[in-house]
Parts: sequence; C-alpha cells; structure tokens
Amino acid sequence: MSILLFAESQQGKLKKGSYELCSYGFALAQQQNTSLTIVTINCEETDQLAQYGASKLINLKAKVGYFEANTYASALVDIAKSEQSKIIVISSSADAKYMGGILAGKLQAGYVTNVVELPSTSEPLTVKHSVFSNKAFANTTLTGKIHIIGLANNVLEETTQSSSTTVEQQDTQVAIKCTQSSVEQIQGKATIADADVVVSGGRGLKGPENWGLIEDLADVLGAATACSKPVSDMGWRPHSEHVGQTGKPVATNLYIAVGISGAIQHIAGVNASKVKVVINTDPEAPFFKAADYGIVGDAFEVLPKLTEKLKARS
Amino acid sequence: MKILVCLSCVPDTTSKINFKDNDKFFDEQGVQFVINPNDEFGLTRAIWLKEKIGATVDVLHVGEASADPTLRKALAIGADKAIRIDTPATDAFVVADQISDFIQSNPYNLIIAGRESIDYNGSMVPGMIAANCDLAFVNNCVKLEIDGSSASCTREMDGGMEVLSADLPLIIGSQKGLVEETDLRIPNMRGIMQARQKPFEVVPAKESSPKTAISSFEKPAPKAAVKLVPADNIDQLIDLLQNEAKVL
Ligand SMILES: Cc1cc2nc3c(=O)[nH]c(=O)nc-3n(C[C@H](O)[C@H](O)[C@H](O)COP(=O)(O)OP(=O)(O)OC[C@H]3O[C@@H](n4cnc5c(N)ncnc54)[C@H](O)[C@@H]3O)c2cc1C
Repeated sequence: MSILLFAESQQGKLKKGSYELCSYGFALAQQQNTSLTIVTINCEETDQLAQYGASKLINLKAKVGYFEANTYASALVDIAKSEQSKIIVISSSADAKYMGGILAGKLQAGYVTNVVELPSTSEPLTVKHSVFSNKAFANTTLTGKIHIIGLANNVLEETTQSSSTTVEQQDTQVAIKCTQSSVEQIQGKATIADADVVVSGGRGLKGPENWGLIEDLADVLGAATACSKPVSDMGWRPHSEHVGQTGKPVATNLYIAVGISGAIQHIAGVNASKVKVVINTDPEAPFFKAADYGIVGDAFEVLPKLTEKLKARS
Repeated sequence: MKILVCLSCVPDTTSKINFKDNDKFFDEQGVQFVINPNDEFGLTRAIWLKEKIGATVDVLHVGEASADPTLRKALAIGADKAIRIDTPATDAFVVADQISDFIQSNPYNLIIAGRESIDYNGSMVPGMIAANCDLAFVNNCVKLEIDGSSASCTREMDGGMEVLSADLPLIIGSQKGLVEETDLRIPNMRGIMQARQKPFEVVPAKESSPKTAISSFEKPAPKAAVKLVPADNIDQLIDLLQNEAKVL
C-alpha cells in the first residue's frame, strides 16, 4: 500500500529535481498515513536518497544504458504491483512525461501532470495542477483505483529526515521498444530543465552575432540560455532553446528576458518561474506586466554592465 | 503506408481563459478553437510523408460536433479522411481508450499525436495509447524518417537529443521541429472545395469511464507591479535580486 516514487537519474547521477520529488513523496506519505517506497533505476548515487524518510529504497538494475521509456514503465509496473501501491509519484521532466503516459496505460491508472501542491482532500484524492499553460489551475479528483501524480518542477522546498533508509538492489527485465542509436547531451552546462537561472534573448537582440551578450551573462550566473520563438524560427538559435507555450516550459528560480516583448504565448511557457527580470527598450512592452523587476533600457548597454558587475561580485 | 493523426481542438493561444458556473467549467464564450499546435506540426509532417513517400493520412478526433470545422480544416490542408468518435472527451484516459479501441480494429503503420495539448497540458494521451496497443512510442519527436518497416526518430530530451529507432507500427508525440513553422499550411480555396468531397465519418464511442474529474478551476493570484530600476543603476538590480528576491 506504500506510495511509490520514481527518482530519476541520468548516467547514474541523480537528477536535481529528484530531491524535491522525494521531499514531496515523504510529505504525501505522512498525509496519507502510509509509507514511502523510492525506486531508482541504474542509479549510482542511491545513498543520497537515504535521508528522505522512505521505508524502502530500491535500486533496479536494468540492462539498458539509456532511458528506455517502455522498460522503465514496465519495471515500475512490477514494483507497483508487488508493493500494492495505490499512489505513484513521478516528476515533470521530459523523461517522466514520456514514461508517465505508458505507465498510466499499463496500470489503467488516473494520471495528473503539473501538480503544484499536496492533495487538498484524501478520500477521494484531489490535486491542484496548472492548466491552460499556466493561465489557471484546476482541482482534479482522481476517481480510479490507482493514481499517478506528476509533480510540477520547482514548486516546493527540499526537506530531509533524520532516519536513514538502506538500499536494496534488484535486477529487472528489459522490455525494449526503441533502440538508441546516438545521443548528444549537453555536458557540464546548465540545461533549461534544471538550471536555477535562465537567460533568454528575443528579437530585440537584432541578430545571432550578438548572442555573446546573452552567453556572457549566462556564464557568470551559471545559467542556461533560451530564446523566443521567432529567434529559433529565424535560425539565430537552435530550436532546443525555444521556450514558451509551443517550446520548452521554464520553471526556474530566476528568468531574465532580454529584448523579448512578452507575447501571451511566450509568457505562458515561462510564467511558472519564480522571479522574472525584463530588460527592454520599450516601457510599454507587455512583459513588464508579468515581471517582478525590470529595466527600461538598451540590451546592448545594460547587458555588458550587468555581466561585468556580477563578475566583479563573484 | 497508413498514417493516423490524432487531433485535439484547443482555444487559440491568444484566448483569455475564463470560467463559469462558480468556476466549475471553462467558459467557451468568445473563444476561437484551433488545431492544437503540437498536433498541427505532426499533421503537416504526415502530409509531407504522403507527398514524398506515398501514404494515406486519416485524422481522428474524440469529441463532439463542435470540432467538425477543425477536422474539415485538416482535410483542406491535405488529410484524406476525417473520423470523429462521438463522445465528450471527459479526460485523457477516455480519449486514449477510445483511440486505442479504434486503432485495434483499424490498424495504422504510424500514429501521430501532439506531445501535449495547450488547454489541459496533460501530456499523456500518446503514451497511454502506446501502452494500450503495445506500440513503440517516441515522445517529443523533432525528426522522423521512415524506411520500409522501421522508423528513425529524434527525441528532444532535457538538455539534449537522442536518435531512436523502432519498428512500425509506431506512435510519436509530435512538436515543432518535426516541420518548421513556415511549413505549416493554410487552407486554400481548392483545398476547401476538395475537403467537401472527402469522407467524414462519425463513429459511436465504446463504453469507457474516466479516471479523473475536474471539480473546479482557479486563476493565479494577481501579480504585484513590476519594480523598475533605472538603466544606469545596475547595482540596485543586483541588490534587489540578491537581498529581496534572494535568487542570486
Ligand atoms: C500559435 C503560436 C504559438 C506561439 N508560441 C510561442 C512560444 O512558445 N514562444 C514564444 O516566444 N513565442 C511564441 N509565439 C510568438 C509570439 O506571439 C511572439 O511573436 C514572440 O514571442 C515575439 O518574440 P520576441 O519577443 O523575441 O520579438 P518581438 O515581439 O519582436 O519583441 C522584441 C522586443 O525587443 C525589444 N527591443 C528591441 N531592441 C531592443 C534593445 N536594443 N534592447 C532591449 N530590447 C529591445 C522591443 O521593444 C520588443 O519588445 C507563438 C505565436 C503563435 C501564433
């Protein structure tokens, strides 16, 4: 009956969001008067999860070197069955959302993504989640027998417990449906998905040759770089940097938007970020209405100064 | 090759989102509905495949008759046949269940569904179909090549890309990248005329019960006004970010 939580790792290393997820899992288990079982797959840092109050910590060895969604979903189905879990908790990473639908189908479970809080009621279980691209929240009741909660990114503080859990190693079968033939992973740099800070540039930067300004600022802040849709459509930046309603979602601590007007579709995708700073020459730019801090000014003057001052500080 | 594109019909991206009846229901008044953008990228890729390697492209929607104009638009830009499973789309589970049931009696080589709809942002329908029908599945698909009975797909991950190969039948979660923005098609007069002659089937739904139910909606709390810092006082911005917002 314990709550089952999947903590993700990548190349053996725990993903940053896993700690937040485990904190949520423990709070949820307490609320539901049950225990927490944390599962990892091919993780080499399981001991780092020992402080999250789980009564069981299972590391599965799957003979597949990449995130194979069907294999991962099948492995979790087996554990969910043996633990008789009624509630399963996963993250909102691209991998988790890839696997989540498969998992829900296999378990015939109700599934809610982008959940922002602990359930407001337990019988039946009601969760609050963001809908309409961050323009609203819905309160949804899970009416099936098994429930999957997909926790949104960056919505709660991490908390650890004093007791510690020992790790069980188990083997699991592979159920490969897709074979990886090549992979390109950003190394040693923050990604839009897990960076604390994202620096994003729009059409106001005039051309790709000026992106050094964005990259320099991102470098001093250890930030990931992003861009508005037209910037990627024009080929100034790769599509993988396009953020917004039709691009990648951003839910970071600090989002700095430079030369971006703040169209509704852009804001929809980045509004889940905690603090937004806007730098724009036009005081009427709509983004100022959604921002916490702003500078009405020319990016070409403001950015070098900001970068320099931050450098001097560090 | 037979391709099925699953279409969701969503409020236009510029829509104001409002609720009615004590915030229990989405208020559709004044809202214009369009093909979900992620589905449209997939549909456009399907039509491209039809033109380049030969294929038939069917479009499928689970929902009520209000979506028919959207399905006709899909026919006008090149789809061959439209199918609507006639039942309210109560939740993702029901939608996936209906589509899975349809596919099981009408097999396709390739099934395309948007990685996420921009209304409820669930991101779960294609994965559920994959599980229900035991299909290979690639989500966040930004490149798709078909070679005989196998496919090579590029998936956008958090912080990277991977190339995956799988045998057909396959389902993908589509998004921008699969085609470019400039590849999207606008129906022309000829297409609209032709669409009138194309088959449009309304099929009854199977019995299926939802696993989730929305009880109410809320709007985010209103935001405090922006704090503006003069362009020549960068120190103040850094101070605010560090000591007030505590994000540096
Ligand atoms: C279906 C649909 C989906 C969409 N999805 C997305 C999405 O996911 N993401 C997205 O971003 N957009 C999306 N858009 C596009 C969106 O509507 C806007 O067109 C886009 O966000 C504008 O990009 P921008 O702010 O870079 O450019 P612009 O709107 O051209 O704004 C440029 C800004 O730069 C400022 N500026 C100019 N010079 C300077 C300078 N020297 N220093 C500082 N500021 C300067 C200007 O004042 C202006 O505000 C979508 C549109 C549609 C129709």
